[in-house]
Formats: sequence, C-alpha cells, structure tokens
Amino acid sequence: MTPETLIYAFTFPVLGVFLGLVYKGIDRRFSARLTSRIGPPIRQPFWDVGKLLLKETVVPENAIAWIFNAMPIVSFAASMTLLLYIPFGVLKAPLEGYGDLIVILYLLTLQSLAMAIGGFASGSPFSSVGAQREMVLMMSYEMPLATVIVGFAMLYRSFSLTTIASTPVWGVAGPLAAMGVLLLLIALLAVTPAELAKLPFDIAEAETEICEGMLAEYSGRNLALFYLSDAVRGFAMAALEVVLFFPFTLTSILNLGLTGTAYYVIEALWFLFKVLVIYLLAITLVRTSFARFRIEQASRVFWVYVNIIALVGLVLVWLGV
Amino acid sequence: MAKTQYYVPVGPIHPALKEPIRVEARVEGEKIVEVDVKRGFAHRGIEYMGMKRNAIQTLYLSERICGICSISHPYAFVVTAEKALGIEAPPRAQYIRTIIGELERIHSHILWLGVVAHEMGFDSLLFWTWKGRERLLDILELLTGNRINYSVFMIGGVRRDIKESHVKAIKDMISYYRIFNKEMKEVFLSDPVYKARTRGVAQLSKKMALELNAVGPVARAAGVRMDIRQDIPYDAYADIDVRAVVPQDIVGEARGDAYDITMVRLYEIDQSLDIIEYCLDEMPEGKLMAIPNYVALLAKIRRTQGEAIGAHEAPRGEVIHYIKFDGKRDGPSVWKVIAPSYNNINTWAPLLLGAEVADIPIVVAYIDPCMCCNDRIAVVRDEDGRIIDPATLHRKAVEKTKRIKDELGVRE
Repeated sequence: MTPETLIYAFTFPVLGVFLGLVYKGIDRRFSARLTSRIGPPIRQPFWDVGKLLLKETVVPENAIAWIFNAMPIVSFAASMTLLLYIPFGVLKAPLEGYGDLIVILYLLTLQSLAMAIGGFASGSPFSSVGAQREMVLMMSYEMPLATVIVGFAMLYRSFSLTTIASTPVWGVAGPLAAMGVLLLLIALLAVTPAELAKLPFDIAEAETEICEGMLAEYSGRNLALFYLSDAVRGFAMAALEVVLFFPFTLTSILNLGLTGTAYYVIEALWFLFKVLVIYLLAITLVRTSFARFRIEQASRVFWVYVNIIALVGLVLVWLGV
Repeated sequence: MAKTQYYVPVGPIHPALKEPIRVEARVEGEKIVEVDVKRGFAHRGIEYMGMKRNAIQTLYLSERICGICSISHPYAFVVTAEKALGIEAPPRAQYIRTIIGELERIHSHILWLGVVAHEMGFDSLLFWTWKGRERLLDILELLTGNRINYSVFMIGGVRRDIKESHVKAIKDMISYYRIFNKEMKEVFLSDPVYKARTRGVAQLSKKMALELNAVGPVARAAGVRMDIRQDIPYDAYADIDVRAVVPQDIVGEARGDAYDITMVRLYEIDQSLDIIEYCLDEMPEGKLMAIPNYVALLAKIRRTQGEAIGAHEAPRGEVIHYIKFDGKRDGPSVWKVIAPSYNNINTWAPLLLGAEVADIPIVVAYIDPCMCCNDRIAVVRDEDGRIIDPATLHRKAVEKTKRIKDELGVRE
C-alpha cells in the first residue's frame, strides 16, 4: 500500500459524504421545482445530519440492542468502502486491485441487508414488515443487477472497474453487443431506484403505510449514519453508472491538450456533471413521476420485465463478443 | 411451522391518517388476518355546546364540525332549521347557497384526489391537484371573504350577494376547471400505476354497500343510485334535474373499488360545474334573507315549537341534522348530527380483512374520512367495563393531575 493510496483512502470518504449530501440537496430542490414548489436550500441535508447528531439516540426496549446499534455502522462502513472502489473521473480507484465489480455488488447488498437486519432487531412491527419487504425486494432486483455485471465481465473478460473505465464500453463492443449494452443500461437504470429505496420502489420504507418501515425506530446518531450511507450510496450508484456506461473524458471528446492540475480539475468537474445528470434522470425524475408499487407488483416488474431486458442484453453481448 | 403474526397499530397517530382514529391490524406477512377499528379520539362535544347557544351562534358552530367542507353542516342546519321554523329562503338566496355548496364539492373532491395520490406515494400528483384547487379557494374568498369557514349562510337566506362582477370571475373559473378536470381524468384514469394500485382495492359490492349503509360517492361507486340532491331535492336542486353519478352510466358496470370512486368523484366535478353554470344563468333577482333582522329571527325561534330532520348532500355523502325548538329558548333544545363518515367507516373492517398492508392507506383514504365530523360521542369505561359518568371522570382527572404534581414536586 503506497502513501498515495492512504491519502486517497482518507480523502475519498470525506469527499464522498460531502458530495452525497450536496447531491441529495440538489435532488430535493430539483424534485421540488418539478412539483411547483420552492424546496429546501441545497445545504439542508447537512443541517439534517447535524440535527440528527445532536439528538438523543433511543434504543427500543424490546430491541436486540447490539445488533440494532451495529447495523448503522455496518451500513455506513459499507457505503464508505464502496466509494473506494469507484474510479473518480481520471483518477484510479484507491482500492483498485483489491477487489472488483463482484465486491461492489456485495457492498451494495450489504447496506440493504444491514437495514433489514436492523429493522428486524428493532422489534417494532412496522420495522418487521418493512424488513420483510426489503428482503423480498432484494431477492427481486439482485438478479438483473448480477446479470448486468456478468454482461460486463463477458465483454471485458475482467471484473476490474478501472479497466472498464479506461476503455469506454461503446468502443469495445460491436454493433450487436452495443445493443446488448444498451439493454443492460436500461436494466441497471430500472434497478437504481430499488437499490436506493426510492420511489416507486421505496416499498420497504413506505411512509404512509408503515411509517418509514425499517427506519421507524431509529433516531439520533444511528439514523444520521443511515442517512449518510443513503446519501453516499445514491452518489456511488450514479457514479457507478457513469463509470460503466459513460466513461468518456472531456479530453477525449474535445481533443483538449490539458496537462497538470487543470486536467485533473476539469476532468473531475466533468465527471461530477455526468454523475449529476444520471442522478437527476435515474433517481429524481423517476421518484417524482411514479406512485409506489405494491410489493408483489414490484417483484413482478423485476422478475419478469427487467429480468427479460437484462437477459436479452446479456445474450446480445454474448453473441456480439 | 406457524407463520409469525405481527400486530400493526395504525393510529391514532399515523402518517396515513390526517386525523386520529385507530385501526388495529394483525398481519401475517403482508396479509391482514384480523382487524379492529376504534374511534372516538376527536370528540369535542359540539352538539352539547350548540344546545347552550342561540340558533345563529349554533349555525356558526356547526361550520366548525368539519375541518374541510365547512359548508356541508351549516347547509344541513339551515335547511333543517327553516323546516322547523316554517320559513323559506328567498329564491336568489337558494341559488347562491347551491352555488357555494357546489364550489365546496369541487374543492373537496380535488383535495381527496390529492390525498389518495399521496397515500400511494404519488406526491407530484398531490402537489399538482392542490395547486389546481387554489383557483377555487380564491373564488370562494372572493364570494365570501374566507378561504375556509365562510360564515355566509343564515337561517332563511345568505349574508352576501353574488354580484355581476363576481359572475364573470366564476365563469372564468368554470372554463379553467373544465380543462383542468379533463387533464385530471386523463392522469387518474389512465395512469398504469394508479390503476394497478386502485383496481380491485377496497372493492365494495352493491349488496355490501347497502348492508353497511354506505353513503355518498362510496355508495354511488358501488352502483347504488343514491343522492340527496336527486332523492329529496332542496333549494335550487329542485329546479335542476340532478342525477346521481354512478359508474354504470360512465363505463357500463360498477365494480365499487377505489378506481371507481376516483371516477365517480371526477365526473361529479363536471356535474357540479354544470350546476353552477345553470344557477348563474338562471339566478332570480330578489332579496337575500327571509327575515333580515336577527333580533326578529331569534324572537321567532323563541316563539316556535317544532322539530325537523333535514339533509344536505355533502361531498362525502349525506349530512343529516335533527333540530328541535322547544318554544322557550332562542336556540335548539335538541341538535343531532349524522355525518357521512360515520356510515362509511363501517366499510373499513370488512374491506381490510384479507387485504395487504400496502392497501391500508388506500382503504382508509377512499371514503375520505372526516374524524371531526364523525366523533359525536365518547364513552369511557373503567377496568371492569362499566361506563364512567362525567362527574366520576372529572374527579379521576383531578386526582391524576394532583398525583402527577405530587410526584414531580410541583406546587402552585
């Protein structure tokens, strides 16, 4: 492990939390504007976290306290680790070589799992119903998500994200495989709201049905950790989509001869812009234009429609390689 | 292995409920296997207060029974009081009352559409519908001076006139809502997710609706042709041939689910617009009050001995008032209110049984429940199940306060 890696390992999480919260703020503002409201200031999520950290952390009487308290930390740690696997623009991922797409898949699952276990451990009926729903939902969307990753592995003969980021997928794939990749993109975009527990797939947290479900009993510091990991996960998921499907650098598009600091800064801003666009399209726009599904409807959407799209995409990629 | 059962307490405070009521559900996974509805959390003793006041004060008190449709109870009150007193409002006042009643219906229906969208997580639709509703509240403010609790009705007439300048504003509003309602119909009736969430949910058959005494749009959605405006016409409705809106007239069959209710309410908005337009065109000239002098009105009430039952078709269903004047006081000696939610809440328990947890908010919302209309009586029982009388309850309350003060060491 080089000192460079260590610096990355410390700066990335801090940067990730900051960006996650900023994107959450933008998301709330944009969503408000779409529904003819003014919306909160963009710094609102920071205030929210600050407020939660000041508040008392209540553990319910019939909860299994250590699991209940441990799960927010697991979730937060998983999202922090997730950040270290995603190449930030032209920079390499800090933990590149120590893991790949498969690990990312596990880390994404780990967060949902931590929330579900925390919900079960809280002993509240709302949380239990929410956790059951989360498990069902996870079983539904994991398959298309895995299919997307298998498709990429087939295309690159590698699971390394940095390899994928350095050579845009649309250049590697032939016309048939490119169509397959397009279908995989659609499948991944459909999975995104479910993965992040956003409408129309926020079934496990349905506010009007089960009072935020798994998070019903969480408060104070524990809730702040879940809030942060949710923010970071939103950013990471959008970043992952950018890395997988739109890794074009500004330099390669415009043939700029940038060097040194300017190169890194401009590329970083370009990367953030791409992530923002994906974030707003795949999360904000979707969550403002859909009603919540029932759990069996959501399962049908993933098991039937999204799965078919993903599998057809995989077959096309396989034929095109 | 037996399935684990969870006990999900919905209410008295719950995000799906805007007012307190308790639905106790036992669930197996997502399925509800046992359900109990408890009410009586919003009892305010308004009827009792009304019996202590004079009739005009009681009229304004009746406006406070419902939080949303503040005209339904005064409307039923004035209709009933006029019957008991044997007076009739002048024709122009009758038309104005009908116009305000129908404006009220439109805003209540749009409000419901927003609420039901919110219950299924469709907040964009909530904001859109409520933004559209603002125009109507502006018109109500123009006509009466208030956005809610208009205080414009009077026994034997109305207190404010609809002037020529108002007529143009109302007509503009009508053309705006004709377009807006067309858009709403497109959104609500053809959105696939809305359809998926409401088709077959809260399905009430015609037989069940009649057995459970459902009223208003709930009964009409189940195919029961029932509407006070059609069955017992009053005021300007007597001149208009109002026909109850039932799904079989629109699509040929009534399934009685939440989707049908949406449809009934959307088409009722059109009907209300028609009625307002008719009333504006045909409104006769004349005075506004049968007895313009309040002192004379109260004197007449003090001389009158009589009772009456009157009803008004509120947006949620029929509101029935019973008033008795005993000839000694200038207010009602007996005043009894039956609100539509009281009948409609009966449908919750049979509909929730066997439904899914995800359907609770929709089943709860589809009747447009109004708890503050609903809670006419509060019964308190002790540990042995005996009913506690008010004096004992007061004594117990004082004792408890004293005990808490002692525990905390608080002194006056």
